[in-house]
Amino acid sequence: MALVIPKESYSGKIYNVTLGTGAKAVTIGGASALPYLTFEGTFPNRPAVALEVTDIAPDDWPETVKKAVSGAASNPVQWAKFCQQSGADVVALRLIGTHPDQQNKSADEAAKIAAEVAAAIDIPLIILGSGHVEKDTQVLQAAAAATRGKNCTIGKAVEENYKTIAAAAMANDHKLIAMSQLDVNLAKQLNILLSQMGFDKERIIMDPMSSALGYGLEYTYSVMERIRQAALLQNDPMMQTPVVCDIGANVWKVKETMAADAEVPEWGGLEDRALAWEAITASAMITAGADMLIMRHPGAAAKTKELIAELMG
Amino acid sequence: MALSGVEIFKHLPKTNCKKCGHPTCLAFAMKLAAKQASLDACPDASEDAKKILGESAAPPIRGITLGLGDKAVKVGEEICLFRHDKKFFNPNVFAVAIKASEAGDAAAKKIDAVKHSEIDRVGQKLRVDAIAVTDEGGDAAKFASVVKQVVDGAPGVPIILVSKIPATIEAGIAHCADKRPLIYAATAENAEAMAKIAKEKKASLAIAADGLDALTALSEKVKALGVDDLVLDSGARKVKDMIEHYTIIRRAAIKKNFKPLGYPIIAFAGRDNAVSETMAAAIGTMKYASIIILNNVEKWKMLALLSLRQNIYTDPQVPMQVAQNVYKVGDAKDTSPLMITTNFSLSYFIVRGEVENSKVPAWLAVMDNEGLSVLTAWAAGKFTAGKIAAFITESGVEKTIKHKELIIPGYVAILSGALEEKLPGWKITVGPREANGLPSFLKGRA
Ligand code: B12
Ligand code: SF4
Repeated sequence: MALVIPKESYSGKIYNVTLGTGAKAVTIGGASALPYLTFEGTFPNRPAVALEVTDIAPDDWPETVKKAVSGAASNPVQWAKFCQQSGADVVALRLIGTHPDQQNKSADEAAKIAAEVAAAIDIPLIILGSGHVEKDTQVLQAAAAATRGKNCTIGKAVEENYKTIAAAAMANDHKLIAMSQLDVNLAKQLNILLSQMGFDKERIIMDPMSSALGYGLEYTYSVMERIRQAALLQNDPMMQTPVVCDIGANVWKVKETMAADAEVPEWGGLEDRALAWEAITASAMITAGADMLIMRHPGAAAKTKELIAELMG
Repeated sequence: MALSGVEIFKHLPKTNCKKCGHPTCLAFAMKLAAKQASLDACPDASEDAKKILGESAAPPIRGITLGLGDKAVKVGEEICLFRHDKKFFNPNVFAVAIKASEAGDAAAKKIDAVKHSEIDRVGQKLRVDAIAVTDEGGDAAKFASVVKQVVDGAPGVPIILVSKIPATIEAGIAHCADKRPLIYAATAENAEAMAKIAKEKKASLAIAADGLDALTALSEKVKALGVDDLVLDSGARKVKDMIEHYTIIRRAAIKKNFKPLGYPIIAFAGRDNAVSETMAAAIGTMKYASIIILNNVEKWKMLALLSLRQNIYTDPQVPMQVAQNVYKVGDAKDTSPLMITTNFSLSYFIVRGEVENSKVPAWLAVMDNEGLSVLTAWAAGKFTAGKIAAFITESGVEKTIKHKELIIPGYVAILSGALEEKLPGWKITVGPREANGLPSFLKGRA
């Protein structure tokens, strides 16, 4: 009996989305088959790895990852440059200082930092709000205007605030991250709502909501697999946007990335354990079809880039 | 045409003798219909039944058991390509390779690492499942001495014998012939000799070929030599090839019922760099490898891989959950603090672990929220003040403890006012948000 390779016939394709400008612009998406099955499709672009920077020095990042970004964390501009030197494809600036529970920084202050960071690097920039539904609308509007012309990626637009944030991205020619909560239908619904307000679906990057290894990773994994199947096998145009996974924020709050060696001797050394936690979370998201990852540890990001290189062959 | 459980049942002996490992013939018939058991398991099935049930009596991917007793592990018998289609059933095996050249101290260290690899995660005991003794030099005596060292040092741990030289395998298997080992590997060159050893010693046999066509041909050849329990190695070592080969193998088996590839897959994830090795093994775990060989089993590496495996192999329809109850943690007295959480296993075990860390004896009320985490249950309207109050009242905890103070998770602080209204006479205290804040919180009160 000879083996006949059982192939799927795909009718859909993921959109190509270009981030940033100039020589270091990055294009993601474009896949025409389930992840890395080159015997039945093409993968013109490798997934991008973004490193995260925050506008104020983070007080809740564990020591292991703080140490890994060396002393840079107190200044977002220096930090963004450090990320670029560390080999990141993209920088993700999270404006956490604007959160009312943090320093409640004004939209203008945040926009100024965003513009400074954008000017300091030549790789693409993602600008994320603090996750506060109302405040993010003002912050991202101002930041989008201040970085006009840089083809940044603005986010995250969620069901409650997508109109204002999408309008800001549209008015300033940026790309948009649209996040829903671990649900295929909700992800599609948000893309439909955005399209209905005139936002070009080929400028959207979908965030299915990430989770960390050991803490709900399987939910994200399966939602992503289902999104890819809908996009490629059922040719659903509303599911064909590239996917971003914001993993650092989830990984670096679980015990495995924090507990000292002495506290949990059966878990092995903290440095290796914490780096592996982010690297393996990244591996899972890549396997499920992520087109871009937002990570925190430069060492874990470097290993992820090695994995991607091997997958792309 | 696939037969239903009831149709299959008609052809079974109907003696409910349990020799197949199932309580009744009907239960076994249901497993056959679900493609999760093989008719071979019923020793009394008639020749007629075998003929009639034919293909429908064998799962698309054959189940293979390594080892005997309580450390035995079973792989294969998977029925889908995506976990959301049903679920993944038999978690892959992680095995550490011990080279013949590591005989003595180095081997002893690895054996020790395997013996002490057990971790407790979300209520499951997880560990390095097997040991692969690998020969590179062809020194049969040295190989056999390591096999003996493993059998003596880690009794009961399933063994994989890795050598392409039949004489070496023969020397090694002399020490573990009755322990259901896996032999790696039959190749086009040595198939007859390896098949002979596998049959004689009732071992399962991995077959190794370069590429899927060669693997298919070798599979048919070895099967014709009379070996049924096969394991496949297509030669994939790069992660890209692993994903492609393993996907094709799994698809061919499940969607096309292509028998030559209807066996579990063995992957060699070994790398010089420990993180790269972990990542390659992770890819194998997600993409259909049933046995994964590692060079080293550092604790941090196994914690990550076993957690990933647990995630991937949980039932996507039913979250892992624990029973609703008021659990006693440590030597709790009627004055000890009372806390509440949901019955999602992860929430329960994390919170319980931190309460234990605090060394403060306490009561942990676990409410049935269909296995949802605290915030998810709250967002879904299943962890509301009314429902919590009803649960606390009906739990009878008021008879167990003397005080009336309930500590709630910090993330649902918003419930405290409504809870005080619904639970007259109770004091509601808002605990920390993350469970890892519990030790200092509890010690601070004590
Ligand atoms: C996985 C997940 C799901 C899974 C369910 C998993 C499960 N079995 O519960 C699915 C996909 C089904 C799901 C669905 C939904 N989800 Co959900 N989900 C998550 C996710 C990613 C992880 C949850 C998790 O497993 N946490 C881990 C466990 C251990 O956490 P935990 O139980 O809260 O326990 C921690 C603490 O609370 C504390 N703790 C626990 N008990 C106690 C007790 C005491 C005394 C103390 C002091 C502390 C304490 O310790 C633990 C660790 O520190 C979170 C986001 C995130 N990253 O946290 C969202 C999240 C919980 N989900 C959310 C929402 C809104 C939903 C949906 C309503 C979405 C929708 N619109 O459909 C649905 C509702 C479900 C339904 N209708 O059935 C929101 C809740 C928002 C809010 N603040 O209310 C979250 C926070 C996401 C977000 N940022 O918006 N979800
Ligand atoms: S071994 Fe055969 S006869 Fe005995 S219970 Fe199982 S199916 Fe029935």
